[in-house]
Amino acid sequence: MNAILEMRGITKEFPGVKALDNVNITVQRGEIRALCGENGAGKSTLMKVLSGVYPHGSYQGEILYNGKPMAFRGIPDSEEQGIVIIHQELALVPQMSIAENIFLGNELAHRGVIDRHETNRRTAELLAKVGLRESPETKVGTLGMGKQQLVEIAKALSKKVDLLILDEPTSSLNENDSAALLRLLASFREQGMTAIMISHKLNEISQLCDSITVIRDGATVAHHQGMVPESQIIKDMVGRSMNDRYPPREPKIGEVVMQVRDWTVADPTRDGRLMVDSASFDLRQGEVLGIAGLMGAGRTELAMSIFGRSMGEFRKGSVKIHGKEVDVSTVPKAIKAGLAYVTEDRKSLGLVLIDTIKRNIPLANLPGIAPKGVIDREKEGKVARDYRKQINIRSSSVDQATVNLSGGNQQKVVLAKWLFSGPEILILDEPTRGIDVGAKYEIYTIIRDLAAAGKSIIVVSSEMPELLGITDRILVMNEGRLVGDLPTAEATQEKIMSIIIHSGHDLTDESVTPEQIEAEAAHV
Amino acid sequence: MSDSTETRSSGDTFGFIRRNIREYGILFALIIIMAFFQIVTGGILFRPVNLTNLFLQNSHIVIMAVGMLLIIVAGHIDLSVGSVAAFVGALAALMIVKMGLPIPVVVVLSLVAGALIGAAQGYWIAYWKIPSFIVTLAGMLVFRGLTMWILKGQSIGPFPREFQMIASGFIPDLFGVGKPNALSLVLGWAAAVSILWLQIRARKREEAVGIADEPFAFFAAKNALIFVALVWMTWALANFRGLPNVFMVMAVLVALYAFISERTTIGRWIYAIGGNAKAAKLSGINSERVVFLTFVNMGMLAALAGLVVSARLNSATPKAGVGFELDVIAAVFIGGASMAGGVGTVIGAVVGAFIMGVMNNGMSILGIGIDYQQVIKGLVLMAAVIFDVSNKSKS
Repeated sequence: MNAILEMRGITKEFPGVKALDNVNITVQRGEIRALCGENGAGKSTLMKVLSGVYPHGSYQGEILYNGKPMAFRGIPDSEEQGIVIIHQELALVPQMSIAENIFLGNELAHRGVIDRHETNRRTAELLAKVGLRESPETKVGTLGMGKQQLVEIAKALSKKVDLLILDEPTSSLNENDSAALLRLLASFREQGMTAIMISHKLNEISQLCDSITVIRDGATVAHHQGMVPESQIIKDMVGRSMNDRYPPREPKIGEVVMQVRDWTVADPTRDGRLMVDSASFDLRQGEVLGIAGLMGAGRTELAMSIFGRSMGEFRKGSVKIHGKEVDVSTVPKAIKAGLAYVTEDRKSLGLVLIDTIKRNIPLANLPGIAPKGVIDREKEGKVARDYRKQINIRSSSVDQATVNLSGGNQQKVVLAKWLFSGPEILILDEPTRGIDVGAKYEIYTIIRDLAAAGKSIIVVSSEMPELLGITDRILVMNEGRLVGDLPTAEATQEKIMSIIIHSGHDLTDESVTPEQIEAEAAHV
Repeated sequence: MSDSTETRSSGDTFGFIRRNIREYGILFALIIIMAFFQIVTGGILFRPVNLTNLFLQNSHIVIMAVGMLLIIVAGHIDLSVGSVAAFVGALAALMIVKMGLPIPVVVVLSLVAGALIGAAQGYWIAYWKIPSFIVTLAGMLVFRGLTMWILKGQSIGPFPREFQMIASGFIPDLFGVGKPNALSLVLGWAAAVSILWLQIRARKREEAVGIADEPFAFFAAKNALIFVALVWMTWALANFRGLPNVFMVMAVLVALYAFISERTTIGRWIYAIGGNAKAAKLSGINSERVVFLTFVNMGMLAALAGLVVSARLNSATPKAGVGFELDVIAAVFIGGASMAGGVGTVIGAVVGAFIMGVMNNGMSILGIGIDYQQVIKGLVLMAAVIFDVSNKSKS
């Protein structure tokens, strides 16, 4: 075996964050390499460096491909060398046919006139290769997720591909489609193709992959050849030290404030699929409750749906606050009931970016500065300046546009907006995503102080150390269901990861065959 | 986008101009355009009679521009305003000339009709999420057609003197001095003084809490200019025939809408919806209702413009109001509003309307053909928007 790819000392920095820190990875020709790591560990960033999405010069380190140094300036450069990436979010145009999608941007044409016959003929060949029995003229939007994934792979094969990169290829597939996809990848390997597969699904990895590289906090931390126990991989993925990254805190937990029962939300874009499936939980006064889970587990869907049915299609469920059922069917009603939701996507859902700090903060509670519908500008300025001081929003003044603030300060503005709405219960969705360590500490301190002041807080987070560091209790969510509820004192990252991984099947049920468990686990 | 710890001193005049170049740029542009035409027309532009005409001829554009500004800030557009103005003008003509209804009743009914038309269009836009471009394009065709239908292809007129006064009358001289018109002088100068007083008071409050951003020299120069302009203009108009009625309507509307957009919760909601609709919705703002109401408001203002135009022409004609929507939209964009929504000011839109008006008027005095006029206006609109875009990419 010889190396097809060698990435040496790759370091990639974003303003305030080091996403990759001296990553080294060598991939042998003809193998399938698994790339594992927690959300945000740097897997996708590494693949974007490799495929040229982050062009040569925007990172440090070198890429050797077939032994030669490469300087990709964009995806076309890497594709020319035979490196093709399939992203987790499929990039297909649903209104166009399979054939049109496969040759999109790469049309088979003479002088700008598309050769329909040749396009369909070549598409049929490619579809046969991936084992998809559909007409090339079928609209992609009419296909299921599994078939769409196969179209993506056929699209990749339409280019000269030596190294195929798949970013969580089975994350949206059911078990049959997943199994078929894994078989297909194994057959490609026999034909000599090399692949890198990013995946969370450890059973798929051990089933298919030849070797495993684990990335944590932007650095390669482990490399395993062949089979290794799952527990080892989990340990590699999460095992980092927790020093003084979280402010000390003495919880004062009171009575139950909010009871959510049987909350069920359907996915309006996919028939019959539930985003949240009968979720029930309690929240106490002064409590910081964490919700853990992988991406797509339904955590944001649960949170936003409780907050005025802002996501998905509400099916059933009830919310009680102080023992009384409350109406949270619209955002104004949810706010009135004492809820606040701080979004995970502050730029597109949290802030009016072109507006100033001063104008963003009172947006969820304008009557608070405009008692009779007329804005009291002095009060508006005072409110903004007070919050700026209180939670340390670093800016030239409250008249600065929020678009020019750093991520951490933007997050503080969104927090200030919701603090000003005077909620009893705050739902914070990924409150520290994409912000630097210092700002994170400040956000944790705000959360602690709010809890100490008697507010009840739900923190949705993909960073398990964060949940372990700041919460009192952790709910584990997977595939739309709450599958675990444990006091933080008893929780470890390994425990949570293993709850997630084993939640797809019930180990106590003896009637389940090992094959079924295997198949179920493939779906996790 | 780096961590924003850069400091700025509030006395930095150059930096202040650069940060606020759009707001001041448009005012400078109006001043330069006015100065240019004053010179090349040999002083005709600012003669009281021409100044009066300038207001009479552009009042309908200004009336609709304040409503269109809100529509565009909310991230929408209304192409139907010209047709709606014509339709309501025709309705009014029918009610007055053919049915002989009293004029106050007709005015109220016309405004209600405009509001209903706005509601009909706003309903589909706000609650059904049909793009406003399409709904109001349909409205533009429908109401043009209905105008022709109720007028049976002919003009209806003339109107009673009382109705004509809406567009061509002047406020009475209560104190009976004759020339100059004393009431006009009192009102105009009182407005100038109160604007100055309000500005000084706001400035003092800003200084008290240390957030005065505008350099003092700038503040002084700007307000001195506005004050002198108002005092002089009032004097000039009062010595001709006094303040036109439509000028009063316009002034009240501009003040009212500037206040609504800057100081009220509904105004703030409109900006938030245009700036980031999703964030607004998640902040508990009932965006559907707010968008609906901006269209109801626009319909009402289009109706008012329709009354003013038919009163000025002294007849309702099937071709009235053709192309108004484009003048109004152009005024709003020249005034600094953004097609993407969330940006723009009422004052900017009014200044934009007057830039168009002064150019129309000045070029007509010079005898420049309508063909060149169109080309030049198009280029000015383009220049204003290019200025915006290049400004944005620099910052």
